[in-house]
Amino acid sequence: MNRRQNRMFTCQEMVELVTDYLEGRLDAAARGRFEAHVAECDACTLYIEQMRMTITALGHIPPESISPEAERELVAAFRNWRDQTA
Amino acid sequence: MPEEEGVRGGAQGSGAPSDPDAELLARLRRGDEDAFRALVTEHGPFLMRLVMMHVPSHSIAEEVVGDTWLAVLNGLDRFEGRSSLRTWIASIALNKARTRGTREGRIVPFALLRRRYEEGGGPALDPDRFQGRRGERPGWWASPPAAWEGPERQLEAAETRDVLLHAIRDLPPRQREVIALRDISGWDAEEVCNTLDLSETNQRVLLHRARSKVRAALEEYMRPETEGTTQ
Repeated sequence: MNRRQNRMFTCQEMVELVTDYLEGRLDAAARGRFEAHVAECDACTLYIEQMRMTITALGHIPPESISPEAERELVAAFRNWRDQTA
Repeated sequence: MPEEEGVRGGAQGSGAPSDPDAELLARLRRGDEDAFRALVTEHGPFLMRLVMMHVPSHSIAEEVVGDTWLAVLNGLDRFEGRSSLRTWIASIALNKARTRGTREGRIVPFALLRRRYEEGGGPALDPDRFQGRRGERPGWWASPPAAWEGPERQLEAAETRDVLLHAIRDLPPRQREVIALRDISGWDAEEVCNTLDLSETNQRVLLHRARSKVRAALEEYMRPETEGTTQ
């Protein structure tokens, strides 16, 4: 409980550090201060949780597809290329 | 038989080793059509997603992706395998997409004008969300985030997806590219740095800005009382 030694991060600082934290880029001291703040602050806990949810949601965006027509054109282009280089 | 020089992948073993790249490359160079189809099937969807970030329509994106594949085929002999195959392909696609996007007058010029100045900078959140120097606790929340109602189900909804994609399209180009590769395509930081020619720190700053803004867009959308307040 020697939090005094290191000034507590403010919420505004937390919001700027969250990516460094999630990316594992905070050094041990900063990570300790980050986690100490989280332990005390429900709003920042929620904020970080929402950043995580955002990342998860982005990961669930389905891929864009190519139309079958465009794919046929691609294969035709490939054959053309192959014949030229053969 | 495959040349060993192409093998350099991530030491952490995240994702596939680059061996399959070497095999696929050898088959492509021999003119193996199945190899080409496999390549298009594997990388086509993410290339479309990437290119769509820069051009105004699906059909233009298809053209750009088509051009990309031609450039890939014509460049096969020059590709040395120092980067991964998909990194190389993505760089080609991005170059073409940026050029084409500029020619087409970009997707959302108003947003670009508005945000050009903050390509890398700017705070993650409006400073008004925090208490000022005269507040009880300066720098602590003045208006804290509210919980999102029923988020699991809602985050998967098609409408939410549109909110996400719209938010990404509103980002400055570099942020858009970083978040698309990192969070939509799930690439690791190193690969994104290689593809976009960014330092690790710069990549992280861009990712942070991008994620912060996309989260803010979701927050706006999830908040019940914002109904009907779209711009």
